Amino acid sequence: MTLLAFDWAMIIEKLILIVIIVLTTLLITLYTTFGERKVAAILQDRPGPNRAGPFGLLQPLADGLKLIMKEEIIPTSASKWLFILGPGLAMTASLMTSAVIPWGTEIHLFGRTIELQVADINIGLLYVFAVVSMGVYGIMIGGWASNNKFSLMSALRAASQAISYEIAMGLALIALLMSTGSLSLKTIVADQVTGNWWNVVYQPLGFLIFFICAMAECNRTPFDLPEAENELNFGYHQEYSSMKLGFYLFAEYVNMIMSSAIMASMYFGGYDLPFFDESTVAPNIAAIIGVGTLLIKIVLFVFLFMWIRWTIPRFRYDQLMNLGWKKMIPLALINMLITGAFILSKL
Amino acid sequence: MQALTNKSIAVNRSPMTIWERLYLINIIKGMLITFSHMFKKQPTVRYPEQKREFSPVFRGLHVLNRDEEGRENCTACGLCAVACPAEAITMEAAERQVGEEHLYKEEKYAAKYEINMLRCIFCGLCEEACPKDAIYLSETFAPANYTRKGFIYDKNDLLIPNTLTNATELAKAKGVEA
Repeated sequence: MTLLAFDWAMIIEKLILIVIIVLTTLLITLYTTFGERKVAAILQDRPGPNRAGPFGLLQPLADGLKLIMKEEIIPTSASKWLFILGPGLAMTASLMTSAVIPWGTEIHLFGRTIELQVADINIGLLYVFAVVSMGVYGIMIGGWASNNKFSLMSALRAASQAISYEIAMGLALIALLMSTGSLSLKTIVADQVTGNWWNVVYQPLGFLIFFICAMAECNRTPFDLPEAENELNFGYHQEYSSMKLGFYLFAEYVNMIMSSAIMASMYFGGYDLPFFDESTVAPNIAAIIGVGTLLIKIVLFVFLFMWIRWTIPRFRYDQLMNLGWKKMIPLALINMLITGAFILSKL
Repeated sequence: MQALTNKSIAVNRSPMTIWERLYLINIIKGMLITFSHMFKKQPTVRYPEQKREFSPVFRGLHVLNRDEEGRENCTACGLCAVACPAEAITMEAAERQVGEEHLYKEEKYAAKYEINMLRCIFCGLCEEACPKDAIYLSETFAPANYTRKGFIYDKNDLLIPNTLTNATELAKAKGVEA
């Protein structure tokens, strides 16, 4: 009966944690769409959505309801199962990143120590990298299965864009890995909490490269070529309607939140509240403060994403490729070289 | 070519410096511009709660006028219909019967008077053409409607409330229209 000699409570604990994280992420995402519209409006001297509920706070619910009520259309020439699989895959891939993000230290409850991280795997960074590159499958499958020229073009663009920027992103991550010496996100964050500076101080160029690549991976303006309205109509989700379209749009925002969380964890100290000694308060309260801090950092990053989106116009395709291959990759390589030189000089 | 004015500014086509080619600085500059817009005053008029005032010469929805004794001014002469460039006005005349003197000012009156608000261009030529001070353009506009038929306003929609018998309603109508 070795199978039963297993910490079943841990399974339940992790399951609850997963459900909480996924639900919270979806809720935050719901309001990120609202936040996007509000930020866009405020940056353009408009009031933004303000009709549904107080300050328009029910607007995302109204948007969601509208999407659900729309007719579900599957084009006759579409590859049916792939067509359905596409949005689900996009959503799953973007939610999967949340597994390795350390949301806080640990909570002591019912005599158990619950870590606020679903899985502390020792290859956390690699996992993130792998999941990020999976995200392109949702777009590619959706675009291909639509059997529409625009969708296919857009899927091709998305794939080439993702591949181009993943290289620079990976190189930036290698530099980070060199300076931290660990692939586990938990260790990376813990190192930043305990006295050391945040990693962004050691890796400013790496952070910049990672940030730009994250923006490209999320298909956010100025890198939103896959859904360029003026040349590809609506890109890979052109044939989609109802909640399948909603999933694609939603996945973009989940991606944004997840990459914000990753960036906050890797470069900005994760759940570390600066100039505050966590050991002075009870561990549970410290953990909650940590979660709040991480959420605030995520919100700030998401705001930065939106701010950039409503400032900078879209790149042209050749500019995008130029930036990716001729600027980002050499820069990332130089960054790696500098990091290596620093490490050697410290030895 | 000689410039017509000295207002034109020559486009700077000199090659970009290294700072300009880095883009980052210019991107940050642009982002600061958008950020500064967060604190600017919004010109938005929050419509149903807040209404922008019309100018004093605004030409809105028509009203059919009454005299001080509450009788209809319109004699169905048809000058407004003739003046109307959009041919929005139709009317049918009728003769005033004995005992109807308190209703109509003169011997002839409009039995039917319709204005199609979808055709009307609110030019105010009917107002200018009217010899009896019977038609005026007020300061409201035609509200939205679900059907085309709903935009054909008949006499009941256009006539202002009777001064004598319905003073409160008139005041209310004036208050709304003011």
